[in-house]
Amino acid sequence: MTTGSQSKTGSDPLLAVAESFTPNPQQRALRLHKELTKVWTDAPGWRGTLTSVNHTTIGLRFMATAFVFFAIGGVLSMLIRAQLATPRGDFLDTALYNQIFTMHGSIMMFLFAIPMLEGLALWLLPKILGARDMAFPRLSALGYWCYLFGGLIIVLSLLGGVAPDGGWFMYTPLSDKTYTPGINADIWLIGVTFVEISAVAAAVEITVTILFCRAANMALTQMPLMGWYMLGTAAMMLVGFPPLILGSILLEVERAFDWPFFDVARGGDPLLWQHLFWLFGHPEVYIIFLPAAGALSTLIPVMCRTTILGYGAIVAAVMGLVFLSFGLWVHHMFAVGIPHMALAFFSAASALVAVPTAVQVFAWIGTIWKGRPQLHLPMLYALGFFLTFVMGGLTGVMLAIVPFNWQAHDTAFVTAHLHYVLIGGFVFPMMAAVTYWMPLISGRRRIKGLGEGAFWLVLIGFHGTFFIMHLTGLLGMPRRIDIYPDNPEWVLPNLISSIFSMVMATGFALFAFDIAMQFLFGRQSRRNPWQADTLDWAMVLPAPAYNFASLPMQGPKGPDLILPLARGEGLLPGAPRGWRELLVVDPGTGKPSHVAVLPGNTVLPLITAGAIGTLVGLLLAGLYWLVPLALGLIVLAVWRWGDIMGTTRDHAAVAVTPDLALPLHWHTRGSLAYRGAVATLVADGTLFASLLFGVAFLSVVAPGWPAPASDLPMLLAPLTASVIVLMLAFAALAARRAEDGRASPHGQLWALLGTAAGCVALLAIAGAALMLDDPRQHARDALRGILLAYAAVHAGIATLLGLRTWTDDRHGRVSLGRRGTAPVWRLWQDFAAVTAAISALVITLQEIA
Amino acid sequence: MLIGSAIITGLVLLLLTLAWRSGPNRTGNERLWIWGLGVGFTMSVLVVLVAYGVWVGERILARADGALRVAAHAQQWGWEFTQPGPDGTAIVTQGVLYVPAGRPFDIEITSSDVIHSFWVPRLGGKMDAVPGRVNLARLQADVPEVLEGLCAEFCGVGHSAMRFSVVVYPEGDFPDLQADVFGPEDSP
Ligand code: HEM
Ligand SMILES: [Cu+2]
Ligand SMILES: [Cu+2]
Repeated sequence: MTTGSQSKTGSDPLLAVAESFTPNPQQRALRLHKELTKVWTDAPGWRGTLTSVNHTTIGLRFMATAFVFFAIGGVLSMLIRAQLATPRGDFLDTALYNQIFTMHGSIMMFLFAIPMLEGLALWLLPKILGARDMAFPRLSALGYWCYLFGGLIIVLSLLGGVAPDGGWFMYTPLSDKTYTPGINADIWLIGVTFVEISAVAAAVEITVTILFCRAANMALTQMPLMGWYMLGTAAMMLVGFPPLILGSILLEVERAFDWPFFDVARGGDPLLWQHLFWLFGHPEVYIIFLPAAGALSTLIPVMCRTTILGYGAIVAAVMGLVFLSFGLWVHHMFAVGIPHMALAFFSAASALVAVPTAVQVFAWIGTIWKGRPQLHLPMLYALGFFLTFVMGGLTGVMLAIVPFNWQAHDTAFVTAHLHYVLIGGFVFPMMAAVTYWMPLISGRRRIKGLGEGAFWLVLIGFHGTFFIMHLTGLLGMPRRIDIYPDNPEWVLPNLISSIFSMVMATGFALFAFDIAMQFLFGRQSRRNPWQADTLDWAMVLPAPAYNFASLPMQGPKGPDLILPLARGEGLLPGAPRGWRELLVVDPGTGKPSHVAVLPGNTVLPLITAGAIGTLVGLLLAGLYWLVPLALGLIVLAVWRWGDIMGTTRDHAAVAVTPDLALPLHWHTRGSLAYRGAVATLVADGTLFASLLFGVAFLSVVAPGWPAPASDLPMLLAPLTASVIVLMLAFAALAARRAEDGRASPHGQLWALLGTAAGCVALLAIAGAALMLDDPRQHARDALRGILLAYAAVHAGIATLLGLRTWTDDRHGRVSLGRRGTAPVWRLWQDFAAVTAAISALVITLQEIA
Repeated sequence: MLIGSAIITGLVLLLLTLAWRSGPNRTGNERLWIWGLGVGFTMSVLVVLVAYGVWVGERILARADGALRVAAHAQQWGWEFTQPGPDGTAIVTQGVLYVPAGRPFDIEITSSDVIHSFWVPRLGGKMDAVPGRVNLARLQADVPEVLEGLCAEFCGVGHSAMRFSVVVYPEGDFPDLQADVFGPEDSP
């Protein structure tokens, strides 16, 4: 046994915390490694590619794919710069130029930045928190496939010459059917929504993993800062993406069926799109920034051989950013004609976000101050971040000042600011992160010199390109124009930008080359090369599929941990039952609560993504009559996912340490699946809230109101609405009874009754749909159609869960100790009932008023 | 403002250099870095900036003080202006706006198809033309000259060519009209 210098009591760091856990007996590390590898590793060959659900594989796949999309977006930006290099650039025509800058922006935001941070989170979180995998491995894989398929659709549209061309924020009416008759806008709306499935999936998964899958006894307040940053990111994604998804659905429905959500002539308003888009779009900037800042907070102290300054202040700053970023969206709309008081308020709020950001920047500088900084490559990139991001942040504050914003809005100044923030605040830190964790990924050392070369090329190229664009913007050059024959004063700065952008591109290519060389020719790296004391380095290099042969606990730190963990002295050693096992802990204290059995390799995620892809294809092709078929496929696939929630026999508690035995997940109510359902409903509830915001916004602000009197049948309509709400509420009651009376004929009967009530509610919803006024007539009626569709979808899901509960009960997949699907059913059923009741109330109020 | 930004950037980078140079000191002064610099310093800069912004913003708001009224109507891809003509009655012009020098005027900005944005860089102020809405901006041109204006919100293939000019004339001395002038009744 190696002797741990840091441990207080003597030789073994694990013994140092013996008062909380008795260590497991020592085993042979190699035997454990073999046992675990058999259970955790991907299937060999191409089957592994299709069936892997392991977080290390999926996380790396996300990052690699994101890098490919970055390269594609980068090539597009080179085309833009080539076109703008001369005032009459004529190698792209205007229509094509519009497609190219729209695609550049959309690819960079949706197919590079977001997936890149998802990949980092999936790959890193279990390692740094001391777990073996993410909470929902199949969801990671599903997210990946949705991302890949959606991304392919978007990129292939460029080859077909039908790429989106309305700018990356797709303002209506420009993007509606009248002004964009082709399929271009549909590709954006449907393709991006397809990709966003992966973002919401990742957000659910990250939240649950951070809260419930940490090392034993790691209290929330002790977790590595990366955990806090990612928790903030995931929370913002859960609340930030639904408005965009809702907006995309509404706009697509308007394009496909002429429901006038955004058409002023019929009670809609184009500003509704802008609100929904920026409700997402502004938090998006912080969603991208937070993980990058998390990487910096992780690696700066390590590079300076010290600890971070102001842990608590940084946590507070992260929370502050999450909160403030949702108060800011209007600052993208300063020029649309907003009341002056509102302008002042949002202006102040926008400036205020500078505070938590500044707190972090100064905390990092303070950390460098108190430590002994070493100029390793990751630190070099971190310095690149400082230089670039500080300038980007300051131009951001300038833009937050209203009169200046009116002046600079939509000029090259904004393009410059945006790239200072995005490349400074995201790309540089990500390059720092990749070089920092590369030894853990490849197990090798890098080749000296290449990385430094890449750094200087990117840094010089970047500032050469974008610094001068501030000036071009102040000279009045608008963004999104392809020629400028009458403005000789813009020629020189544009040419300089274009030349330096080539330098930057070379730098990125060299970076990729460096990574490839490291994989191919790097020498074997030693363990924990940076001498970091986080858990991600407490394993051999490259990281094994199972991360930890036995699980760590809060307390002991440092490289001395590697050996005891590999020898099985930690918690839950090996895979004696042949299952992938994960320790689930209490969210606040980190006290171990139960053991979850995770699914192994499976094609189910791929099949599910294929079914969703079929739906997407049909929607794009306009084959709406085939849609039920695709929906059926999706339901079938998802039905299979639910298997994990039940089993046919009771299981004994599992020994985690010699004197701690914990139940398996089937025997607890608060299983990970249940927590995941709660997180999903947070996102879903936000979608619903955005929809209500839409109703309120249009009825108060849009010019075309009040709507013409409606033709709802006086008696029948309220009657149907009552039937819907009552049936859903009854089903919610039945779900409770079914759970309480599980594994008895009584419980089975209630499950059946609840399912039947759900079916009646669905029929009533269909009836209500027939009574609605023509949704094409006015936005009010279109919104009612959407409210009804929302109720139908949720009643449908709840009813399927009821059916699942009933079949599980019949097949003996529940028992007194095992609750199966019932808790999740109950949750959904409550949600469906409450949202349906709110919708009914809204429509009633509209009718009375 | 540019100078201020440069100074702050320089300050942060200077701190960074000093931090790099300073020998290790195990403790680190959290009060100074977090509260002093992070919160205190940042807040003071922001308060000044926002107050200034609101004050200047107030000046370019349209007010009901009987100022001169003109109108700009956008469609794909051109501008149509309504303003008082040589004899004071309203005239409609394509692509050229006539305003007197040295007098504040309110401009009504509208659109009949997609979103455009009215912007004359030299006059400052920029306002979107949103279908279904009338947006007002207060502007003032001080000396007689011809200014360039353009559409500042992406509006389709004709966006980069959606330019116009503003002819600022000495009060009471209306210049010769260029082509494309209509009476109000035959405006398309
Ligand atoms: C690789 C180097 C890059 C170069 C040379 C570059 C260049 C450009 C240029 C010249 C424009 C302006 C197009 C126009 O207004 O006509 C632009 C727009 C944009 N870029 Fe980049 N860019 C780069 C990287 C990135 C990255 C990494 C991101 C995001 C993470 C990004 C996001 C955007 C966005 C969102 C737009 C706005 C698109 C729109 O107007 O719809 N760019 N880029
Ligand atoms: Cu325009
Ligand atoms: Cu335009």
